[in-house]
Amino acid sequence: MSDHSTHHGHDHGHDAGAPHGSLKDYTIGFVLSVILTAIPFWLVMAKVLPSNWTGYILLAFAGVQVVVHMIYFLHMSTKAEHGWSMMTMIFTLIVLVIMMAGSIWVMYHMNANMMPGMDTDAVHGTHDMP
Amino acid sequence: MLDQLDLTKLIFGRLTWEAIPYHEPILLATFAMVAIGGLALLAVLTKFKLWGPLWNNWFTSIDHKKIGIMYMILGLVMLMRGFADALMMRAQQAFSFGDANGFLPPHHYDQVFTAHGVIMIFFVAMPLITGLMNYVVPLQIGARDVAFPFLNNFSFWMTAFGAVLVMASLFVGEFARTGWLAYPPLSGILASPDVGVDYYIWSLQIAGVGTLLSGVNLLVTIVKMRAPGMDMMKMPIFTWTALCTNILIVAAFPVLTAVLAMLGMDRLLGTHFFTSELGGNAMMYVNLIWIWGHPEVYILILPCFGIFSEVVSTFSSKRLFGYSSMVYATLVITILSYLVWLHHFFTMGSGASVNSFFGITTMIISIPTGAKIFNWLFTMYHGKIRYELPMMWTVAFMVTFTVGGMTGVMLAVPPADFVLHNSLFLIAHFHNVIIGGVLFGLFAGINYWFPKAFGYKLDSFWGKVSFWLWVVGFWTAFTPGYILGFMGVTRRMSHFEDLSIQWLFQISLVGTLMIAGGIGAMLIQFVVSFMRRKQLRDVTGDPWDGRTLEWATSSPPPDYNFAFTPRVHDNDTWADMKKMKYARPSTGFQAIHMPKNTWAGIVIAGISGIVGFAIIWQMWLLVIVSFIALIGTIIAHTFNYKRDYYIPAEQVAATELAHTRLLESHV
Amino acid sequence: MSEFTASNQAEAGNVAGDASRYYVTEHHPENGTLLGFWMYLMSDCLIFACLFATYAVLGRNYAGGPSGAELFDLPLVALNTAFLLFSSITYGFAMLAAHRKAVKNALLWLAVTGLLGACFLGLEIYEFMHLIHEGAGPARSGFLTSFFALVGTHGLHVTFGIVWLVTLMVQVGKHGMTVENLRRLTCLSMFWHFLDVIWIGVFTFVYLMGTLP
Repeated sequence: MSDHSTHHGHDHGHDAGAPHGSLKDYTIGFVLSVILTAIPFWLVMAKVLPSNWTGYILLAFAGVQVVVHMIYFLHMSTKAEHGWSMMTMIFTLIVLVIMMAGSIWVMYHMNANMMPGMDTDAVHGTHDMP
Repeated sequence: MLDQLDLTKLIFGRLTWEAIPYHEPILLATFAMVAIGGLALLAVLTKFKLWGPLWNNWFTSIDHKKIGIMYMILGLVMLMRGFADALMMRAQQAFSFGDANGFLPPHHYDQVFTAHGVIMIFFVAMPLITGLMNYVVPLQIGARDVAFPFLNNFSFWMTAFGAVLVMASLFVGEFARTGWLAYPPLSGILASPDVGVDYYIWSLQIAGVGTLLSGVNLLVTIVKMRAPGMDMMKMPIFTWTALCTNILIVAAFPVLTAVLAMLGMDRLLGTHFFTSELGGNAMMYVNLIWIWGHPEVYILILPCFGIFSEVVSTFSSKRLFGYSSMVYATLVITILSYLVWLHHFFTMGSGASVNSFFGITTMIISIPTGAKIFNWLFTMYHGKIRYELPMMWTVAFMVTFTVGGMTGVMLAVPPADFVLHNSLFLIAHFHNVIIGGVLFGLFAGINYWFPKAFGYKLDSFWGKVSFWLWVVGFWTAFTPGYILGFMGVTRRMSHFEDLSIQWLFQISLVGTLMIAGGIGAMLIQFVVSFMRRKQLRDVTGDPWDGRTLEWATSSPPPDYNFAFTPRVHDNDTWADMKKMKYARPSTGFQAIHMPKNTWAGIVIAGISGIVGFAIIWQMWLLVIVSFIALIGTIIAHTFNYKRDYYIPAEQVAATELAHTRLLESHV
Repeated sequence: MSEFTASNQAEAGNVAGDASRYYVTEHHPENGTLLGFWMYLMSDCLIFACLFATYAVLGRNYAGGPSGAELFDLPLVALNTAFLLFSSITYGFAMLAAHRKAVKNALLWLAVTGLLGACFLGLEIYEFMHLIHEGAGPARSGFLTSFFALVGTHGLHVTFGIVWLVTLMVQVGKHGMTVENLRRLTCLSMFWHFLDVIWIGVFTFVYLMGTLP
């Protein structure tokens, strides 16, 4: 049963040590996020570096900012829900990586073998539609 | 401007009288039977004043036991429909050779094989395994219900209304003609402009929401609501497989939701996800749908592996051999099921490197399953084996599924698959593992847990008739498929020219008729058991000398399951308690906190069904109105904070002491 | 078969003492709502993963039409990112107030969050209408289809989040900061921050990398 709101002396307010943040956490998270957002935007808008370098740096910054959000906003830790939160997140991440890497790898090969004449790396311009 | 609005179009969309199949005799006959049967049912319900109890005790119930039973009824009813489709296909294929054209034109035949697949997977297998997990898992872990009882009720009704939509397609409009996975571009708006694929999309989207929420529900239940002392490695093995199944559900069903939504957008909004022009890529659909599809088949089989573990252990009167290795094998299967999906489309053209990778992973995934088979055999070894029906189904499974699994490993070899893909060999393979694994497992589970749910065993004679007809029937029906597949015969054909192979299809039809007999015998089994329930009654709550906690309760269990939450010390908790001569408590009963029944689940799911129907027929006014009603009802429901009540301590005491007296008087 | 008899009970001696080995007198399982909602969020994450994967595959299929570099208005996207990021911290302030049981303060910060969310949505709708007006709607090409699907799905989630937020504001106003309401606010908090996490993926993968050649 999930609802004990009408209950006796038990304090169910902090279920299973449901973590919640402090003003310090939110502020740190916010400041870090601003920095981790501003730099990627600047790199692209000002065309600072060659584009393939920029691509990798963008991904790295995104990864770090996701971790920042997880820790400072979502209060992710190995303690939350006795470790189940962390485990479900890691499992989801694994499936996500498999799905994305797998799909990109598979479809790259499919396109190369099965879509002749389609230059998938081309940026602009018309294509010869088969 | 207003006079330009076609009011009929706005209200009825593309629904016209033409949607009703006046010209199809088979459908008209089916409709007549359904109408007569349905009216008879309504008459009976009215005569015996059952509407009240039906609504108050069943439809609005949030009790996992009642919901589990409703899932089972849904699954078994839909089995009739799915099997009718199978019978029609076998009959058509046995006769449609050369100049003879059978009785199903291709337009109809294509809907039959599509509906057969969709119904069997989504509305037979899924509800049946969900029903068993729902009923059994809370009892096995010593809990009083699942973590989210209201959500449980809602999930059931979403599945039920998904089934309603599929059934509606029989009589209003038509169903998809694309096969059960509806690949584009065939399922796109250009090749399938009619409502069939839309029925497919929306019935699965609605049912899919139900399944996903049920997955979250059972996961949280198992994580949070185990009885004190029941560590993860002390859980019953069925609960372990339920845990892994629900992990797969939560991780896989979002993909189905996303892909079907994309297909729906292509059809409704003219987008280019999977179109043949303007940058779409139909192969991406195949890729994504199988990222869902492969875990789905493991969702179907894992609970059945759990059932077999429980049955083998109970009917060998022995602790399961290799409990830890069973757990690890299940976890390994869970992870690996995400790494094999491409084996469903080796022939689509990804090339040797990709195909080799997935071929190897597919072969690897058969290993943990093999380990399980050995563990079951070692459990039986030196055990005192009782060949009750659940055990019979288990032995049949071990033989049947192993063969099916081996043909799967054959298909895992890409060059072999290039010959066998989409042949009748493939059809034989997956029916071999699904019938041999999933269906036999479900029948074992039904025979095993029926006495718990209803207080009397199922009739053994008719059960055995059903068993033999099913087993012999299955092998008769599908062995020809292996032979024909090797010879190169393709699936989903409604007509053949080569008369020399007709005899194999005729054998297949005979096998299917035996299976029909098996299903009939099962229905007779239910009826006869009900009529003989006094003789078949079990008062102990433990008719099989079970080993897990569900057998500690009465049959059927009281609403609250356990008056006191059990404390667990060992695996096979109930066996341990019996060995230590556990005494039932006679004092100290307390009031028990229970959730109330609710109308919200069936109403919200029903409105969702209307939204789906309206989108299918492009009745935009109804779409808007029903969608607003949906959101409004959901929000209104959240304003209900008073969702529980207490069973008074005296009532608990009375129930428990009555059962104790019953047990004492029956020894 | 099972063996319970009165004689067994007598043999077992002190019923309470012996039976208590096998049962617990008072048991309240921990509330599972937060874990359950987190698991639902993980499944939602996988829906987005699907959409990201589709964008990865179709994202350069311009079909002779406009590309990301030609279409994306990065200053606008930066502004939208700011709206969402600020809304995340204002929700954080709302949660701090909620845990202090400061109802009025919490409602205030919730309202600010909702407003920022609405600004985000408004700007996004403006962007979409502009693109459609330019002939770069979702039916134009595989790239634009996957763009609208991914960004649009995120926007839909924000919309539902705002509806939920308003509903909760009414409920907190009505019933106060009960245990149940605090739990609901925590769920919405997870949802809201999760949407910001997805947006990190969107602005990086779609807008910024989509602008690169």
